Amino acid sequence: MILPMEKFTLNINDQKVSIECAPDTPLLWALRDQLGLTGTKYGCGIAVCGSCTVHLDGTAVRSCSLPISAINDKAITTIEGVGKDGLHPVQKAWIAENVPQCGFCQSGQIMSAIALLEQNGNPSDADIEQAMSGNICRCGTYIRIRSAIKNAAKNNV
Amino acid sequence: MVQTKTEISRRKFLKSSSGVALFIGISGILPQLISCKDPNKIKEQLAQQPLTAWVKLSEDGLITIYNPAAEMGQGSMTSLPLIFAEEMDADWSMVKVEFSPQESEIYGSPGWAPGSKLMFTVGSRTTNSYYNVMRKAGAQARYVLMSSAAKHLEVPIEELTTSNSHVLHGRTNQKINYGALIPFLEMPESLPDFSEAELKNPKDFKLIGKDIPRTEIPAKVNGSAMFAIDIRLPEMVYGVLERGNLHGSKPKLTNETEILAMDGVVRIIPLDYAIGVVAKTLEQALSAKKSLKIDWSESKASGHNSQEIYSTYEKIASQKEKGKVIFEIGDVAKAKRTAAKTYAVDYKNDYVYHAQMEPLNAVVQVAEDGGSAEVWVGSQQGMDTKLGVPKILGIAPENVNVHLQYLGGGFGRRSMNDFVEECAYLAKEMTPLPVKLIWTREDDVTYGAFRPLSLQRLTASTDYKGNITSFSHAVVGDGGNLVASAVANDHYDIPNQFAEWREASNGIRLKHWRAVGHGPNKFAIECMLDEIARDQGLDPLDLRRKLMAKAPRALATLEKVAELSNWSTPSDNGRAKGMAFVEHGSLGTGVCEISVDRSTGIIKVHHFWIALDAGVVVQPDNVKAQMEGGIIMGMSSVLKEQITIVNGRVQQSNYHDYNLLRMQDVPDSIETVILESAEVPEGVGETATPMVACAIANAFLRLTGKPLRHLPFSPERVLQALNS
Repeated sequence: MILPMEKFTLNINDQKVSIECAPDTPLLWALRDQLGLTGTKYGCGIAVCGSCTVHLDGTAVRSCSLPISAINDKAITTIEGVGKDGLHPVQKAWIAENVPQCGFCQSGQIMSAIALLEQNGNPSDADIEQAMSGNICRCGTYIRIRSAIKNAAKNNV
Repeated sequence: MVQTKTEISRRKFLKSSSGVALFIGISGILPQLISCKDPNKIKEQLAQQPLTAWVKLSEDGLITIYNPAAEMGQGSMTSLPLIFAEEMDADWSMVKVEFSPQESEIYGSPGWAPGSKLMFTVGSRTTNSYYNVMRKAGAQARYVLMSSAAKHLEVPIEELTTSNSHVLHGRTNQKINYGALIPFLEMPESLPDFSEAELKNPKDFKLIGKDIPRTEIPAKVNGSAMFAIDIRLPEMVYGVLERGNLHGSKPKLTNETEILAMDGVVRIIPLDYAIGVVAKTLEQALSAKKSLKIDWSESKASGHNSQEIYSTYEKIASQKEKGKVIFEIGDVAKAKRTAAKTYAVDYKNDYVYHAQMEPLNAVVQVAEDGGSAEVWVGSQQGMDTKLGVPKILGIAPENVNVHLQYLGGGFGRRSMNDFVEECAYLAKEMTPLPVKLIWTREDDVTYGAFRPLSLQRLTASTDYKGNITSFSHAVVGDGGNLVASAVANDHYDIPNQFAEWREASNGIRLKHWRAVGHGPNKFAIECMLDEIARDQGLDPLDLRRKLMAKAPRALATLEKVAELSNWSTPSDNGRAKGMAFVEHGSLGTGVCEISVDRSTGIIKVHHFWIALDAGVVVQPDNVKAQMEGGIIMGMSSVLKEQITIVNGRVQQSNYHDYNLLRMQDVPDSIETVILESAEVPEGVGETATPMVACAIANAFLRLTGKPLRHLPFSPERVLQALNS
């Protein structure tokens, strides 16, 4: 059953945008197909792989399972919006460690890492494990992700 | 510049019909370098604007180098252009890399079969098969620049040198940037066919072996890297297929009218094994897919149960009649008759799924007149011209333009182009609308093409001194080389050896999975060695030392990793180390240190050490990244991953029931030492993964005295082994 289309105004990367879609449309598809913000990826559609991670008022959420109607005026940040002046320090740390391989999961990894570091500037291995356990990387870049998060923390993100 | 005696004249070159030659043509102001064996193809390419080529120069000094291989995280987007730039003496900071056109006659590698040219990013062969191609092409590009500069400056070419994108003339102190030479570029009458001795001396390398950052990483951290799933085109429609969970089953749709009446549904397209739905949005397509009512036929896979099948496989292994003999050295039967002791052990491997993070997808648009098509795809390329699309559309290959995108993981799954063919089929029906076909994760798991389930029956004999006198390996399973590859022990000095494959077909879709037969077969071989060592009271290191006595490169990796891992120093209480040797182009020995929670059956891997000989290493840090990723993927498959099949039906559907390794399961360290070598570069993408099962099982054997012989080592199986 497809619900009728409605108009929604979203606050994405500090910009107000209007879209028309069914209220149960996951934010992921609105971002990718309607707004062209394709840095956020589809990996599983059931919120267990983390590829679609974005921030909602600074908290990491899985956009594949977040209906448009539940967002209201909360601020959405995507990978395209994290670097206010060029790259975010976490992105720089990712480059310094040569983290990505195929790269498909990395937007989600970076969004989870930024959310972690904003709440905890000096995370332990256990903190990193907990915060990053929702993000799968099939290429197996976890060790470099861990190093990049620690380096970003050291550089006072 | 030294030239070979056998220069290829331009005329002669154009007539050349074999091997890789390099052609340089001038079109407008852009010099073009084309490697091709077919002169007609060269002419055809020269007639096109812009020309396809290995490299493109512009007057501001920008150098665009084309990468012929797929980029799926293994680094080809950097390594191949880097090799070219090294010989061209290009200023790397001025190099831009683009995918080459998907024209295998021009950009294919000769590394697959003599006389053939294929674009095919599989088997960890990219660097190995393109190394000499790229070096020669780069050197010839440099030669064209130098010969043109010689004419322009009116000096002998012998007086010229190059450095960092400049041609230098020492005597007159002149220096010209490559870009500034464009107006003076001329095709030389003949091109030297550089022999290896005439290429750069490796000690003069400025790029190869120097850890140049990967070119595509910045785009992969800011979200701008384009995967096929990110392609958006005007008027694009979305296609999905319902394929069911019984491989080979045929569908009959029973509610077509209802589906066609759904919002946004444009077309229902039945395939032999699936029902396709095309809709205006992905949401609408997915909603319609969920509503499909389909009667599914039984298939060859019906009745197949993946856990019960092992008893059948054991019977097949016990049959007197031999299977297909893969290799035979000496006389195993005789060795067994005179043996002091014989061994026989079965190893088992469940089905494994690729789980590449980007679900399969493609975008295809067929032109209004049906005579040409554009394809956007992340593919490991393949044997079929233009990924099979021309065949489906019934048009000539030259009228299909494939735009290769980054691959969100390949691991072998994207060397099977079923998803591209499906999309072409839908796009043909939807002409001229562009169609994006997406496999949901559920489709990707359930209709996966798995690493085959297999059983390895290994037998061996030893003499009274404990020397291994024979080694025999029978693989039972489906898929030919998918199960039967990597049974040879080229680096072990065992006088009598035998390997065979016994077929067992179950109708399940199968495909190469990173390292292919190496995973299951090295697991069996390397574990068998440790089981023998344990029984004979030998240190697994000493046993392998003896076996590798005639294979110095392999032995060097063994000795290095023993040193690196402090092999001879016992681990802390509750931990143990295990080792495994793997050859997959490159040679590597790995050691892991594990502990096991005896109440839960969970194995924890604390450290992994690898010593690797990969010949010349183009990007050392990237090789280390491949080792790390290979180990992690290996650990994931060995400790977590399992596809089960009940009555032919795949039981898993997404990452909630097909578990992958996550951050909390990662070792404290994975340390790789690369051994210095001047040999040709060998592949590194699949050397680490097969080490994991055997290294873990061997550590477990040393820690607990119990063998693990069935992959994956799920907690239940570990507990079972502990209690046995």
